[in-house]
Amino acid sequence: MRTTMKIRKYGIAFLLILLATNVSAQVSFERILNAEDEPENWLTYNGGYKSQRYSKLDQITPENVSDLKLQWTLQNQVFGAWQSNPIVADGIMYITERPNSVMAVDAITGRVFWKYRHVPAENALVCCGANNRGVAILDDKVFMGTLDARLVALDRITGSPVWDVEVGDVNQAYSVTMAPLVVKDKVIVGVGGGEFGIRGYVAAYDADTGEEAWKTYTIPGPGEPNHDSWEGDDWEHGGAPVWITGSFDPELNLTYWGVGNPGPDWNAGQRPGDNLYSDSVIALDADSGELKWYFQFTPNDAYDYDSVQVPVLADIVWRGTPSKVMMWANRNGYFYVLDRVTGKFLEGKPYVTVNWSSGLDENGRPIPTPQDEGMPTFPGNQGGTNWYPPSFSPRTGLFYFSAWQDYATIYRAEESEYEPGRAFLGGGFSVLAPAPGAPTIGIGRTNPINNWTNEVGFASLKAMDPQTGEEVWSYDQFDVSDSGMLTTASDLLFTGGREGYFHAVDARSGDLLWNVNLGGQIVMAPVTYSVDGVQYVSVISGHALSTFALPN
Amino acid sequence: MEIPSLRISRLPSLALCAVFSFCAQQTVAQEVGDHQYTSEAVETGSRVYTQQCALCHGPQGDLVDGIDLSIGQFRNAQSDSDLVGVISGGAAEGRMPAFNLRAEEMNGIIAFIRAGFDPEGVAVRIGDPARGKALFEGKGECADCHRVRGVGPRTAPDLSNIGAIRTPASLQRNLLDPATALLPINRPVRLVTRNEETIVGRRLNEDTYTVQIIDSQERLRSLKKSDLVSYEISDQPSKQPTDMTSDEVADVVGYLLSLRGIE
Repeated sequence: MRTTMKIRKYGIAFLLILLATNVSAQVSFERILNAEDEPENWLTYNGGYKSQRYSKLDQITPENVSDLKLQWTLQNQVFGAWQSNPIVADGIMYITERPNSVMAVDAITGRVFWKYRHVPAENALVCCGANNRGVAILDDKVFMGTLDARLVALDRITGSPVWDVEVGDVNQAYSVTMAPLVVKDKVIVGVGGGEFGIRGYVAAYDADTGEEAWKTYTIPGPGEPNHDSWEGDDWEHGGAPVWITGSFDPELNLTYWGVGNPGPDWNAGQRPGDNLYSDSVIALDADSGELKWYFQFTPNDAYDYDSVQVPVLADIVWRGTPSKVMMWANRNGYFYVLDRVTGKFLEGKPYVTVNWSSGLDENGRPIPTPQDEGMPTFPGNQGGTNWYPPSFSPRTGLFYFSAWQDYATIYRAEESEYEPGRAFLGGGFSVLAPAPGAPTIGIGRTNPINNWTNEVGFASLKAMDPQTGEEVWSYDQFDVSDSGMLTTASDLLFTGGREGYFHAVDARSGDLLWNVNLGGQIVMAPVTYSVDGVQYVSVISGHALSTFALPN
Repeated sequence: MEIPSLRISRLPSLALCAVFSFCAQQTVAQEVGDHQYTSEAVETGSRVYTQQCALCHGPQGDLVDGIDLSIGQFRNAQSDSDLVGVISGGAAEGRMPAFNLRAEEMNGIIAFIRAGFDPEGVAVRIGDPARGKALFEGKGECADCHRVRGVGPRTAPDLSNIGAIRTPASLQRNLLDPATALLPINRPVRLVTRNEETIVGRRLNEDTYTVQIIDSQERLRSLKKSDLVSYEISDQPSKQPTDMTSDEVADVVGYLLSLRGIE
C-alpha cells in the first residue's frame, strides 16, 4: 500500500524555533561513566569503561530469542572486512566504514542521516587491511582516528568537521585503526604500525580543541625506567603499537591499554632483552598519561603475540577476597587474572595448546621453550585469540571469548634492516597445511570456505571461570572465528564467526538457542540497545549490518 | 560441547608427519625417485642460467615477449625434449642462438626452469601431452572418474583447467602419492542419515551445522549434521599410487598441464 500523505509546499518559510536548552542530546562524561545504568544506549566501544560488553537489557530472553526478526539492514559500500563497532546514543547509531567514513544512522529504521568521508593520505600504510573499528562520542562531538594517523572531531548533529589533528607521521607508517576512548575532557588513542618499525605510544587530546594533552611512549627512551630492556638503538624502531581501545577505572583514575608486538616481528634475536612494554598491559594515569604499572605477557616475543586484547575489568570476590581484577585471554595462549590496582599476577593458565612456553612462573613470566627450526609453534601467528572483544557477565561470573584451537605456525627468523615506511618483519612464517598446496588459515578469508579443514585449526567459543582460570564450557565451530562477544542480563550470549552464522547461546550452559545464517564473516562483536521500549541487537556480517528485534 | 553432538571420524588416520607440509614434502621427495630432477641439477641449472641465459631472458625469466620461463610459458615448446631442442638448436630465426652445453648443464637448465626458478624447488619432468592424453583415457584409468571439457563422469574433480591451477610438482605428486597430495576438500565422505540412507560422495563445502556434497549419483546434496547418525571423512583417496612408468607419468603431467580451461 502506498502512503497517501500529501506533502504540501508552502509559499512561506517556517519559523525555526530553537529551544533554549537541548540537554538531552548531550552525552556527558557523567553519562559515559554510568553507561551501565542506561543500557538503552551503547556509549563506548566496549559498552562502558569496564569493557565487559554486558548489557542490563533483558527483553530478549532464552525463551523468546528464536522469535527474533530482522528489522533493517545497512549495506556497506566498501569491500573488505567490516570490523567497525557501532555506538548508539538516544536512538542514533554512529558507525564507520572503510577506509575512514562515519555515518549517523537512525537506530530504528537504519536510514542514514549523514555521512562524513575522510580521505586518508595516499601513502597511508597498514599491515592488515584498511580497518577502522569505530568512533567515540562526548557531548556534541564524534571522534574518529584515521589510517593516515589523524584524529578527527565531527559535530554529532551535522557531521561537519570541528577539528582535525595529526596523531603520528604517516610517512613513517603510523596509523590509527582503533575506536578512541573518551575520558573526562580528553580523547585518547594509540597508534598502529608494529610491522613497520614505529615506536608506539598512547596520546590524549583536548576534546574541544584537539590540542595534545599528553603522550606516553610504549617503549621507554634513554634515562627512563626499563629502557635497558632494549640494546643499542633497537628501541627507536621497536614497534609496541596500541591498536585496540583500552579501559578506564574512575576510582583509580587509571586507563589500561594492551600493547602490541615488538619489531621486527619474528626475529627476537635481533632485539635482545625483554623489549618492554611490548606485549604488555600498561596502566596510565588518565590526567597525565604517567605510567603507573605494567605487566608483560610475552618478553622478547618471536611470534607476533600482540597483547592488544581488550582489558576486561570486574569488581568481584576473587577466591574469597573482594578484588579489582582484570581478565585477559592473551594471543599467546594463556588466560590471565591480574590485580588491576597493582598489576600483580594472580592466575594464568593455557586455554589452547601452547608449546612456545612450558608454563608461567609465580610472577606470571612464561618459561620459554622455543621450537626447533621448521617445527610448528602453538598457538600460531594469529594467536590463541586476537583483538576480537570478549565479554564478562557479572551474573554468570564467566569470561567469554573466541579462541583458535589446534592452530600452529612455522616461523622463520631473518635479519632485517629498518627503512622508514617499509615493512620491518624479520623473517616470515608458514601455516601448517594438511596436504601440500592446501589452503590454510590467515587473517581473512579469501579462499572459498569449502577448502577449509579443521586439521589446521577451528573456532572454540570459550567460557572461562576467573576463579580457577579454567574453561567451564566451550562451543566449537568448524571454521575459525574472529567474532567478539555480547552478554545480556537474561543470560544470553550473542556472537558469530567466519561461517556467517549469528548465534544466540545460553551463557550458563553453552547450549545453542538460536542462529541465523547471515552469509558473511562476522568479525566484530554484536551490540544491543533499545529505543521506545524495544530491545535491538545489531551485528555486522560481511558487508551488511543487520538489526534484530522481537515482533511487536 | 562437541560439534552438534556428532562424532566425525577420520578413517584411517594419517601419521602425524603427514599433517606437516614440510614433512610431507620430504617423504614425497624420497618416494618420487627418478620422476624428478635432483636438487643438484636445479642448483647447477641456476648457475648456468645466470651465466648463459639471464642476459636476454632476465633474472626472472620474463624479459622476452610472450615467454615466462619461471611459470613454464613458452612460444612453442611443451615437453622437456622440446626445450632441449630449442636450446641446442636455436629458435626464432636466430634471435635465440644455439647453445653448446654439456649434458649436465643442459639437464640443469631444464631442471631449473621446471623448478619454477626456485633453486630449492622440486623439478618435474614433463613429457608429451598427446601420449599423456592417451594414457589418461586408457592405461592410467584417469577418465574413469575425472571429467575433462564436458566428457566423463563427475565423481572426481573436473580437470578441465587443472593445468592453470596446479604446479607440475603438485600434479606429479597426485599421481605418485595421492594420499599426501589430496586436498582435504576432495576427501571421500560416507554419510548415514537417520532414515538409514547411506550416501557416498565428495565434500564440496562444510560448516558447523551442515555439509554439502556431490554423491555417487552426481547429485548435489546438502545435509544437516543433526540429521546424520554417522559422518566419516576418509584421509585416503579412492585411487592408489599409479603403476605407470616414469616416462608415462611425465607424459600424463604434460597432458594435465595443457588443460587450461575451456577453449
